[in-house]
Amino acid sequence: MEVSTVHDNEIDLLVASLAEIYGYDFSNYARASLKRRINRLLVIDRIPSFAELFYRIKNEPDYFTHAVEELTVNVTEMFRDPYMFKFIREKVLPVLATHPLIRIWHAGCATGEEVYSTAIMLQEMNLLHKSLLYATDINPSVIENIRRGIFPVSQMKQYSENYILSGGKKDFSSYYTAKYDFAKFDEQLKSKMIAATHNLVSDRSFNEFQLIFCRNVLIYFDKNLQDKVLNLFDASLETLGFLVLGAKENIRFSDIASRYVQSHNEKIWRKMQ
Amino acid sequence: MAQDAVRYKVIVIGGSAGSLDTILKIIADASMTNNIFYIVIIHRKTSAESVLTDLLASQTTLKVREVEDKDAILPGYVYICPADYHLLVEDQNTFSLDSSEKIYYSRPSIDVTFESVAEVFGDSTIGILLSGANADGAKGLSKIKQAGGYTIVQNPLTADVDYMPKQAIELFKPDAVLNGDKMSALLKNLSA
Ligand SMILES: C[S@@+](CC[C@H](N)C(=O)[O-])C[C@H]1O[C@@H](n2cnc3c(N)ncnc32)[C@H](O)[C@@H]1O
Repeated sequence: MEVSTVHDNEIDLLVASLAEIYGYDFSNYARASLKRRINRLLVIDRIPSFAELFYRIKNEPDYFTHAVEELTVNVTEMFRDPYMFKFIREKVLPVLATHPLIRIWHAGCATGEEVYSTAIMLQEMNLLHKSLLYATDINPSVIENIRRGIFPVSQMKQYSENYILSGGKKDFSSYYTAKYDFAKFDEQLKSKMIAATHNLVSDRSFNEFQLIFCRNVLIYFDKNLQDKVLNLFDASLETLGFLVLGAKENIRFSDIASRYVQSHNEKIWRKMQ
Repeated sequence: MAQDAVRYKVIVIGGSAGSLDTILKIIADASMTNNIFYIVIIHRKTSAESVLTDLLASQTTLKVREVEDKDAILPGYVYICPADYHLLVEDQNTFSLDSSEKIYYSRPSIDVTFESVAEVFGDSTIGILLSGANADGAKGLSKIKQAGGYTIVQNPLTADVDYMPKQAIELFKPDAVLNGDKMSALLKNLSA
């Protein structure tokens, strides 16, 4: 089916209305991707025209929630970029281990695979009992998923491979019980997780952390918004704390860059002052 | 051809199984003279990452760079799409990356980049689709054609894997269907 594709002025109109009616500001999202997501929404929901999409988003709050879920990209994995996790395991967590309480923030954590990965590493290093893992995302439904701790069993082979590459020594399947299509993860892992909605565009800093993960979220923002969000992380990070970004993201466009030192070859920066 | 020299700004090349040699050849024959830049999208496993950049860099004096998010677009560069991301162009000066769903089991998707380049660079685009066992790329290449760009498909009879070029030829009529070793000469003519 060949559907009409949205025009730039229609995107402007939609973005303005989302801000006005719902308080969600997408104006500094990277346009190329946002446009693809809107076109995709028309296809998956079989909506024949932009006008109809616009009407539904404006008038049906439930549809709006669904639309935001689909406009944002929630694709994620456990131990994605395993060597980065290996670095965290071997070089970062031992430094944090000296703290009486370890506070970690996973910002834009999607369905939670990333925060479960961190919890597994913490447990293996016997640090989970003194850690707090904040997991936040703009979408409420993904937060639900973290609370349930259930992930598709079809992914477990891949995750197990990632886990081993990240330096994991156990049998990965010891962390979950498989039932039908689902893998339910050990309750213990979520005992120290706090899941909540948090919008990086409009919500403020809410705590101080020693380690912040925000991976593959900034790619959806333009440089101005990236800078703003990096400043939010800077305000939420202790001196000598660590900031972890996605494999192809960088802080070099931001004014915070001068106070951070990058860990050799990894997208991990340490706040020096 | 003098007119065309100003016209083309980007050569975007998509390939899958069996395309590497042709890509290496095109890049080896590429020269700095015309303010063109290249984008290369190859389906591959995540692990093969920097190997590809090094391999291409060893063939050319052009600068080869695996794209990071919001990288500037500059003439004289060969840009490689990183594994596990879709590559988009924001505008004529900036790339952006996207980690959304795979398309035809592929991330990067050739279609995604072709369509994005067609939209932003229009008739300043040359698109090339090479060997592969996947349906990816055909639709995107047709978008380049619709936008007024020049489209080249590898001859299915001599491609290592003919499926991908065949898909394109069934979908629309590309400007040229060529053996891999004939592409450099045509590109030279188009951009001389
Ligand atoms: C591609 S996922 C990244 C998941 C995970 N961090 C990873 O790298 O695998 C991007 C996430 O960012 C979230 N996101 C997008 N805009 C956001 C915002 N303004 N505030 C918070 N989260 C946001 C999306 O809902 C999505 O879950």
